[in-house]
Amino acid sequence: MRYSGWQVLAQGLLGNGGWRPAWRDPAPKPAYDIIIIGGGGHGLATAFYLAKEHGLTNIAVLEKGYLGGGNVGRNTTIVRANYGLPGNSEFYSHSLKLWEGLEGELNYNVMHSQRGLINLFHSDGQRDAYTRRANAIINQGDDAQILDREGVRKLLPYLDYEQTRFPIFGGLYHPRGGTARHDAVAWGFARGADQRGVDLIQNCEVTGIDIENGRVTGVQTSRGAIRAKKVGIVVAGRSSQVAAMAGMRLPIESHILQAFVTEGLKPCIDHVVTYGMGHFYISQSDKGGLVFGGDLDFYASYAARGNLPMAEHVIEAGMTLMPMIGKARMLRSWGGIMDMSPDGSPVIDRTHIDGLYLNCGWCYGGFKAVPGSGHCFAHLIATDRPHEAAARYRLDRFATGRGLMDEEGTGSQHNLH
Amino acid sequence: MQIPCPLCGPRDIREFTYKGHATYLDRPAEDAAPEAWHAYLHLRDNPAGATRDLWYHGAGCTAWLVVERDTATHAVTGARLAREVKHAG
Ligand SMILES: Cc1cc2nc3c(=O)[nH]c(=O)nc-3n(C[C@H](O)[C@H](O)[C@H](O)COP(=O)(O)OP(=O)(O)OC[C@H]3O[C@@H](n4cnc5c(N)ncnc54)[C@H](O)[C@@H]3O)c2cc1C
Ligand SMILES: [Zn+2]
Repeated sequence: MRYSGWQVLAQGLLGNGGWRPAWRDPAPKPAYDIIIIGGGGHGLATAFYLAKEHGLTNIAVLEKGYLGGGNVGRNTTIVRANYGLPGNSEFYSHSLKLWEGLEGELNYNVMHSQRGLINLFHSDGQRDAYTRRANAIINQGDDAQILDREGVRKLLPYLDYEQTRFPIFGGLYHPRGGTARHDAVAWGFARGADQRGVDLIQNCEVTGIDIENGRVTGVQTSRGAIRAKKVGIVVAGRSSQVAAMAGMRLPIESHILQAFVTEGLKPCIDHVVTYGMGHFYISQSDKGGLVFGGDLDFYASYAARGNLPMAEHVIEAGMTLMPMIGKARMLRSWGGIMDMSPDGSPVIDRTHIDGLYLNCGWCYGGFKAVPGSGHCFAHLIATDRPHEAAARYRLDRFATGRGLMDEEGTGSQHNLH
Repeated sequence: MQIPCPLCGPRDIREFTYKGHATYLDRPAEDAAPEAWHAYLHLRDNPAGATRDLWYHGAGCTAWLVVERDTATHAVTGARLAREVKHAG
């Protein structure tokens, strides 16, 4: 069924009895051309673009839980292309352009809202660093402006401009940055892939990867063995476990990142605001909740929930920046399992096993990457050549030291990015 | 989470800084092959379950500890001084 305003009207008049499930619930077939392990944003987008761009449809996405139950439904939904280093710069630029056409392409309202993103800075040195980054963004063909304090005040009058610990000097403004509805992104890609014939198989955990003579031949799952000519691993926080099924040890450590949301409020925060010095960022969802977060809890974890010290720290930081949020009541907090890489940047690459491909290391920034990563991973799987926008996301960069992309310059410790 | 520091007793995790897996104790020799350094710096077993990692008791005795805990439940089951673990081999 094609969605449209007319459909909404017609269904409304007919008592909404005509809506159909957005995708089928097929049983796994004995064999596929391609198996994608992981039904998160990246896995679903990969299947969608394999079908749409490469005409490959004999594909299954195997998800151990339900579609969108992982990080793709747990993130704080920021979409941007304001990276500074070659590699990331062209990739996120590519991804943002895909976002800008996504709703039409998917015939699905992902509520992509380019409301503008402001990274605050608090010293001359930080302003210089952000100016350099702004130039890198502009050179990449994207948008960036450096705002002084008064420029920030015009957009964000509610910040505390009198605080002395981290006085606000200005901000890096990225007007095309913004947010999207995370679940809708997973659902839209799922529906688009299903409509093109991809089998989306839920409650199907991959427990083994079959390899013969250096070539992948299929997977073992909780719903039986399934053969495949090619297999893509796209399991975010679980990358180490799944790669270990193919004898690989990855440069990944899984960490917990928390997020928080308040009760729904009238519109008050129009942009995405980040306060790096305080480890805090915030936006307001279309439902009205203030959605905010901070840094990792900093210790390796698969618990998908955090501890209170980081919650306290994040909320304190928010209060120093915008005391007005102090009266909002918090509804929920939660956590996701982040696949932290040693340089804070991801991997989209082949492996040493023929037909086995790896997509991981998105740290806490992989939501904005969903279309770009799916698009580039599909290209790699279909053609065996990297897409030019993701050519630097090589797995061997950690071994060779060539082409590391450490945006924050914090060194090779997994939790410092 | 609390960590039972062998010198200070059970303390809140806010007093500690996490470094990474206890594999950091097995520093390769200076002339070791690049692969050994790559493994040491980057590659991790990354277990979902029992693990051993390094924590620094910065707001306490300033000792480095090897903490035994579970990454899936956040249960902490023990802690030893890193220098003793190291010398025990
Ligand atoms: C609190 C929080 C805030 C964030 N904020 C942002 C943000 O503002 N902007 C941004 O760009 N990014 C953000 N991120 C990061 C982003 O959410 C992730 O990088 C991204 O969603 C990861 O890719 P994914 O969607 O494919 O992962 P997931 O949705 O986690 O998908 C992986 C899937 O693999 C499945 N799986 C695992 N093992 C197996 C197996 N053995 N067999 C079958 N299936 C398996 C899992 O069940 C899961 O559904 C945030 C993350 C968190 C947790
Ligand atoms: Zn101590």
